[in-house]
Amino acid sequence: MMIKQFLFVLFILVGAPIVGGLLFGIDRRITARMQGRYGPPFIQPFYDFFKLLGKEQIAVSRLQFVWIYGYLVFMIASLVFLVMKSDFLLLVFLLGFAGVCLVLGGFSTKSPYAHFGANRELMQILAYEPVLLLLAIAIYAQNGSFLISDIFRQDKPLLFTLWPLFLAVLYVLTIKMRKSPFDISTCHHGHQEIVKGVTTEYSGPYFAIYHLAEWYEIILLLGIISLFWTNPLWVGILIALAAFLLELFIDNITARMTVGWMIRLSWSVGLILGIINIAYIYYTKGVS
Amino acid sequence: MGLIQRSRVKSPWILHFDNSSCNGCDIEILACLTPLYDVERFGMVNMGNPKHADILLITGPVNMRTARVLKNLYEQVPDPKVVVCVGTCASTGGVFHNCYNVLGGVDKVIPVDVYVPGCSVRPEAIIDGVLMALQKLAKL
Repeated sequence: MMIKQFLFVLFILVGAPIVGGLLFGIDRRITARMQGRYGPPFIQPFYDFFKLLGKEQIAVSRLQFVWIYGYLVFMIASLVFLVMKSDFLLLVFLLGFAGVCLVLGGFSTKSPYAHFGANRELMQILAYEPVLLLLAIAIYAQNGSFLISDIFRQDKPLLFTLWPLFLAVLYVLTIKMRKSPFDISTCHHGHQEIVKGVTTEYSGPYFAIYHLAEWYEIILLLGIISLFWTNPLWVGILIALAAFLLELFIDNITARMTVGWMIRLSWSVGLILGIINIAYIYYTKGVS
Repeated sequence: MGLIQRSRVKSPWILHFDNSSCNGCDIEILACLTPLYDVERFGMVNMGNPKHADILLITGPVNMRTARVLKNLYEQVPDPKVVVCVGTCASTGGVFHNCYNVLGGVDKVIPVDVYVPGCSVRPEAIIDGVLMALQKLAKL
């Protein structure tokens, strides 16, 4: 049993970046087609990754390498938590740690552009973290435990009772994927952010690590979205992929917005939806 | 060709720097990104950050002020890197070659790999020049 579980986790850890990289390749192709261009091949993110691995290492500060490895390790750890069907609340905290690592990596250099990006990344964490915490609380209110394995035991999908929070989590997906209108800390397209935001000072192999962590991140987020329909799981995965395509659509039809706008919108809409949802669950089930 | 070398050819990220150009060549570089030419199908991305770039696209003649900036940018690009001069001015100084403040072409300051002449350069010529630079990059 233990060995089987271990092999499954290993399989996910190897498979996740491959699928994540392909998703980003599809993203670039679809974005190009929406703009009337032909677009790069689907495996373009892998070309970028291996090219970056072969580039020269330039050290601006030694500490920033610790933080970028921290970002990767915490991201992998939270994905392992999801795959092992462990505690959802701890997963949210680990995701928070990963974000903080990226912020500290930005602050550990002297570049003012990286500082700008790090400040904005902090604001993004401030915008999405409360919504994810409310989701954890709502899962507790619904199932009586924070464990992801208990979500899998329910016959009725979470989406039926938690649909307001599902809408809020779609917001979080846009913020975490760093897509328009929330591509505030750094941006996938060239020449939109001030230099390159929080990733300005990373070059060569360390920038490749950032990309790797981002691939794990997209799989983790789509995994969290698929938790809304776990029985059967393939419906949840289809919902997650639909959400991903929706994000690409939103990315291409919106301009980027300011930090204040992001926080106001995420807190007013996200938190109100979440709190009403939790209140409704306790109202129908009764507080025990 | 190894995996990394193959990837190098497939994903050139470009840093565009304008010395003291008349903006004719700069507009032609931006035209390469439009749906008609779409250089992203070769994996080219116009980066705003020298630390992520592989290819320097430089327009305009070097003057006393931009020489220092150009040198600084060149040093910030991690190896392996190639430099492409876009336009007659960047290659030789062009019509500005004997101005009191102009040093001449880009090769007065940093080593240049590919010269793309023209005033202004056609987008096809720019793409051709970058592909020539990639052939050089594959051998590095």
